[in-house]
Amino acid sequence: MRVDSLSLIQRRIALIERGGRAATEAAGHAPTGHDRIDRALGGGVMRARVHELVAESAAEAGSGAGFVGVLAHRLGGEMIWLRERDAELRQGQLHAPGVAAIGIDPARLLLGVLPDAAAVLRAAADAVRCAGLGTVVIELWGNPRAYDLTASRRLALLAEASGVTALLLRVGGAVAPSAAQTRIGVSPAPSVPLAADAPGYPAWTVELQRQRGRPAGGIWRVEWDWEHGQLRDQDHDAATLSGAVPPLSGDRPAGAIGAAGLRRTG
Amino acid sequence: MVERQRGAIRLAACDPEAMALGLTPGVTLADARARVPDLAVADADPVADLLWLERIADACDRFTPRVAIEPPDGLVLDITGCAHLFGGEYGLLEAVEARMRRWTGHLRHALADTPEGARALARFQTAPAASEAAALRRLPVAALELEGETEAALRGAGLKTIDDLVSRPTGPLAARFGADLPDLLARILGKSGKPIAPRHTAPAWQFERRFAEPIARADAALTVIGELAAEAGQAMEARRQGGRRFTARLFRSDGHVVDLAIDCGQPLRDPARIMRLFTERIGALSDPIDPGFGFDMIRLSVPRAEPLDYAQLELEGGAVHAEDVSALIDRLSVRAGSGRIRRFVPRDSHIPEQAVLALPATASDRQDWPAPPSGEPPCRPIHLFDPPQRVEVIAELPDGPPRSFRWQRTLHEVTRYEGPERIAAEWWHRAPGDPGLTRDYYRVEDMRGRRLWLFRHGLNDERPAPLWYVHGLFA
Repeated sequence: MRVDSLSLIQRRIALIERGGRAATEAAGHAPTGHDRIDRALGGGVMRARVHELVAESAAEAGSGAGFVGVLAHRLGGEMIWLRERDAELRQGQLHAPGVAAIGIDPARLLLGVLPDAAAVLRAAADAVRCAGLGTVVIELWGNPRAYDLTASRRLALLAEASGVTALLLRVGGAVAPSAAQTRIGVSPAPSVPLAADAPGYPAWTVELQRQRGRPAGGIWRVEWDWEHGQLRDQDHDAATLSGAVPPLSGDRPAGAIGAAGLRRTG
Repeated sequence: MVERQRGAIRLAACDPEAMALGLTPGVTLADARARVPDLAVADADPVADLLWLERIADACDRFTPRVAIEPPDGLVLDITGCAHLFGGEYGLLEAVEARMRRWTGHLRHALADTPEGARALARFQTAPAASEAAALRRLPVAALELEGETEAALRGAGLKTIDDLVSRPTGPLAARFGADLPDLLARILGKSGKPIAPRHTAPAWQFERRFAEPIARADAALTVIGELAAEAGQAMEARRQGGRRFTARLFRSDGHVVDLAIDCGQPLRDPARIMRLFTERIGALSDPIDPGFGFDMIRLSVPRAEPLDYAQLELEGGAVHAEDVSALIDRLSVRAGSGRIRRFVPRDSHIPEQAVLALPATASDRQDWPAPPSGEPPCRPIHLFDPPQRVEVIAELPDGPPRSFRWQRTLHEVTRYEGPERIAAEWWHRAPGDPGLTRDYYRVEDMRGRRLWLFRHGLNDERPAPLWYVHGLFA
């Protein structure tokens, strides 16, 4: 009896929070093209939600930015990329030819360089409200005070109302509770070498750290095939280039991978 | 007021009391002190004077849109078609006098058919006359403001007033005193006219509201701007135009003028959106609008207008999406500054950091980008360091690839590399002292899979110990 009334209240609160719309309304998914990741995410990256992508350090910011760009490309539509001015000055500018080089058309991209994290979040709230956009990328460095649970909740509600997907790239920040749909750890991975041992296509180790309403866990080594516009497993042609790919990243203890996650997705 | 002129400190300007004591500009300070021992002296500041004059000119914008500045101390107002708004020329003069009393105790003014005539009357008239022509004819030749020699020559010839000149044939006058003299005479007497060069050209669209009682609250002023925006919207819609730039001028009753301007990326005439931008603009001001004793006039003008067709709503209802995005760009640009929201525009240069321009999104249009070469991994980084960051590199001499490097206090072992991609300096742009070093770029990957873009600055024969830099990060 108590459980019934509790679940009833929970459902009603959920209804109120979603502005009266049915809580069960399914938002669309944007498939990444990688079967196992899509299965773990329930069909792809969920639209009209906030997704957190975590890059560990400044040296990995480029790889994080690349993966965010890839997801934004899969989500489609116009995108606006909001950054702090400090990041732009000290940590490198977003370079449009490089964006073009991974298959994303820079003409679809707007860049907003704002003085601090609070301004970034304010602009993000406006941008997420704007239904004409496809994706809003919000790049935050470290642990800005302005980004707390309230701020992320506000973004999540706005995203649900407008249908815009927000991708929040956090570089070098500590993990904190948030209202994001997923939290995905992104780190660079050794690429499959091309002829003459040249570095190959962009490659990442992607870890699904947290997911609302679905089981989290799972680590994948993926590579971005920008010409076909999809993520694929890195060992697609490992047979032809023997011994090129170690099975898992060498810099991580095997225990940290989470055996349960691997079983579920594999 | 004193100023250093020709190696001596001289009087630059005197007030009427000093004039009455016989002091004139140009007298050295020592002489002046000898004549008037308790002379009050201040340093001349021409820049501040000019700023002050600009502010007075701003305040005069309420009388006519065509105001010109005549440094150091004059303003010319073209009141063609404006006087009736103040109840005729006398009404206008009274309004100007009342307004100027707040700024200055010494005002000389005159109305005439031409700017030169008005100027001569304002500066040199001493006694009232029956008509404008009579007043002008009575002026001394000094009113022509000719060069010292010509004026002395005129006096020497016994020509003391303008009347003396007018009664003579122009031919000999021009021959003796220069061709400019008859011209100037004709302009002063209103026989030929030259328009003034106003500070602002009058915009095609201008809407204003005057108040009997000044309004002392900023939000009430904002409401008025909203009403003016609605008026402007209707007027522009009738002509199928939209504004790219809107300016609101709030005239405070004490003469201070507050200017607010907004720019938009697309032509705009929807009052609600114009107002939202103005609200953002006011929100972004570093110090809030101070109404002081209240605003007694508010003017909205549209200096830049472009064709804008009637808006077509989508069949299902709701506006077109593209407009949403441009509205967002406008709003963010107004709040954060127009340079903050940017769009990438390709530029034809092989120097990596110059291959792209990030232009303000309100001022630039979408441009197509060339497709990257297929079948290759990305050859340009997604993050570019500007300036490039110095690194210590271990590499084979003279021009081998990097083996390991220390960047951000971490040692990176290079496992894979590709290169060099040799990019030469733009020799056709090179400054004389610039050696124009060639860069050898390498795409490298370290043990953990981080992909970086390194370059060696200078070939071995260009520089004995070339430096290495990290220029970017790949995805």
